[in-house]
Amino acid sequence: MTIDYPVRERVKITPAAFSEAAQGRADKTMGQPVLDVRGLKKKIGRKWIIHEVDFQVYPGEIFGFLGPNGSGKTTTIRMLVDLIKPTEGEILIGGHSVTRYPEKALAEVGCIVENPEMYTYLTGWENLEQFARMLRGVDKARIAEVVSIVRLDERIHEKVGTYSLGMRQRLGIAQALLGRPKLLILDEPTNGLDPKGIKELREFIRMLSETGLSLFISSHLLSEIQLMCDRVAIISGGRVLSVGRVDELVNQAGSYVLWQTDNQEGTRRILAAQAEVKLYEEGEYRMDDSALAYLPGAVVSTVHEDLIPELIEKLVAEGISIAAVQRVAPTLEELFLQLTEDGQV
Amino acid sequence: MMDILPLIQNETLKIWKKKRFYVILLILLVLIPLFTYAQMRMAQTNADNFKDWRNQIQQQITDLQNTLASDRMPEEWKKYDRIKVQQLQYYLDHDVNPNSPDAATFTRQFMASSVSLFFPLLILALASDLVSGERTSGTIKMLLTRPVKRWKILFSKLIALTLYVSLAIITTGAVCYLVSGLVFGYGGWTMPVFTGFVINSGSIDVSGVHPVPQWQFVIMQSGLIWVSCMTIAILALMVSVLLRSTAASIVTMMAAVISGSILAGMASSWETAKYIFSVNIDLTDYLEGTPPPIAGMDIVFSLSVLGVWMLGALIVSFGVFTKQDILN
Repeated sequence: MTIDYPVRERVKITPAAFSEAAQGRADKTMGQPVLDVRGLKKKIGRKWIIHEVDFQVYPGEIFGFLGPNGSGKTTTIRMLVDLIKPTEGEILIGGHSVTRYPEKALAEVGCIVENPEMYTYLTGWENLEQFARMLRGVDKARIAEVVSIVRLDERIHEKVGTYSLGMRQRLGIAQALLGRPKLLILDEPTNGLDPKGIKELREFIRMLSETGLSLFISSHLLSEIQLMCDRVAIISGGRVLSVGRVDELVNQAGSYVLWQTDNQEGTRRILAAQAEVKLYEEGEYRMDDSALAYLPGAVVSTVHEDLIPELIEKLVAEGISIAAVQRVAPTLEELFLQLTEDGQV
Repeated sequence: MMDILPLIQNETLKIWKKKRFYVILLILLVLIPLFTYAQMRMAQTNADNFKDWRNQIQQQITDLQNTLASDRMPEEWKKYDRIKVQQLQYYLDHDVNPNSPDAATFTRQFMASSVSLFFPLLILALASDLVSGERTSGTIKMLLTRPVKRWKILFSKLIALTLYVSLAIITTGAVCYLVSGLVFGYGGWTMPVFTGFVINSGSIDVSGVHPVPQWQFVIMQSGLIWVSCMTIAILALMVSVLLRSTAASIVTMMAAVISGSILAGMASSWETAKYIFSVNIDLTDYLEGTPPPIAGMDIVFSLSVLGVWMLGALIVSFGVFTKQDILN
């Protein structure tokens, strides 16, 4: 079964598509988690870096790990792959404890921590051979296979020192896939890539997910997580603030609905009359500036998505012609503010 | 144990591909012809001045005795010279030329004088970035996120290092012999060399002295050089585990080695210095019968000191490497 992820292409608002997608995703949060993190804490020196981190990643899902720089994302990821020992708590990968049985647990994971750093004095192929020797059951045919998956065939026998960042990224993914892992951990995978590279990476991640692989992707950009992930854990100051479906979290934080019509005054009046609608004045909202740039003079509101068709009908009945209705995600800061205000800490 | 072989292959390949060994080979190919030329000039001068090598040794003994008669020379230094005189006399009495100009003798002498500084330098070129280099480049993250226990990774690095240390010693010997042979001829392996001098408080005990053929002497000497070099290599590996920067780890080890050779020259009155590893590095001196830098040191003592340092360094290296958090 292939699952459609409308959340990635969300431009128009179609509630039906959402519930469908929600069902599709709900299926995935069943069974034994591939990655199970419970009560994770880390103290460095006298300072607690990670206070409380809990989340589960289920088979076949794309799980986002969202937080600003310095929130403890990378420290957490390093604990997942045994680079840092947790002070407290447990990490299970495929049911194996990372701290007690690192060999078994790490055999289930492919990862890139921060940048894809390879031996620059070796060729791409020699690098993969290095990693293949550290895994069981990886032969030349498998190396050739992952090379073709990441489409590096042409330059695989050149020194990595001559590769562009995008190629290193792909080689990093090839390396991560080598051992046929159940879980792929990518730390800020789009960092430093150009827009074309980011788009390719997104498509690639989707393709990998369709093969049944679970992905764990960290980012400091909400939009990126929205485009790629099914579920997300939001981390700030070493604490997971919230775990849930991406669309739910965004809704919860109140995404904005922008109305662009030929009568701004009238639109404002009609919408203000509805109890369920909250209108915002200039400066009261926090959203990506580019969204408003496309919709000059739009009225900014928050409203439940189910009410939108009804409101459109009302506006049309009043003789207002609608140019666009668009939902815009709040910024990450807005989301954090909402989450902490709602007492979800 | 079978699964550790691919890891050793990895580490061996990495050192090779980093072209570290080429650097060593290059240094040898530049330096050894230089020393060979210097040796050749010396041999020519001697040949001009002395018809017979015996006259030359006799002259050397007379010179040393003259300086010994001088009052301005400190008593400690006189001790060395007296022993030197006794040794030269011994060679003269047994009609053996200690400085015979041939490739085997040149190789033996070059290797022996390289043990305190030149070999450590070569070893540091190999060992200093084994772990710190992976940290600098960030590849340590790739290395340690494999389903392999950390001690196995460090162990494979240690084995690869041991292989290259051995190879470096053999290569130095081979290059020495091949290059100097062009000038001095490839003979001299069967020439007798005296060993077994026992130093007793300023005088020399020759009762245990016996001749060994030079080839045997070179093998014994190489064994001792290997022990010295492995001590340096293991300490360098430890420093490389402890320090994140390769430059810092090379400087630290060089400082330790050089301070050792300086201390050896001035520490005769500071007895505790004999427990410092770098004071004990010159193991080949015991074979030749050169007096130790500090009274009371002998070959068993030095081997034990080096052994303890190696063991300590291994414990620290493995302890830290298997437990440390990789934070950057």
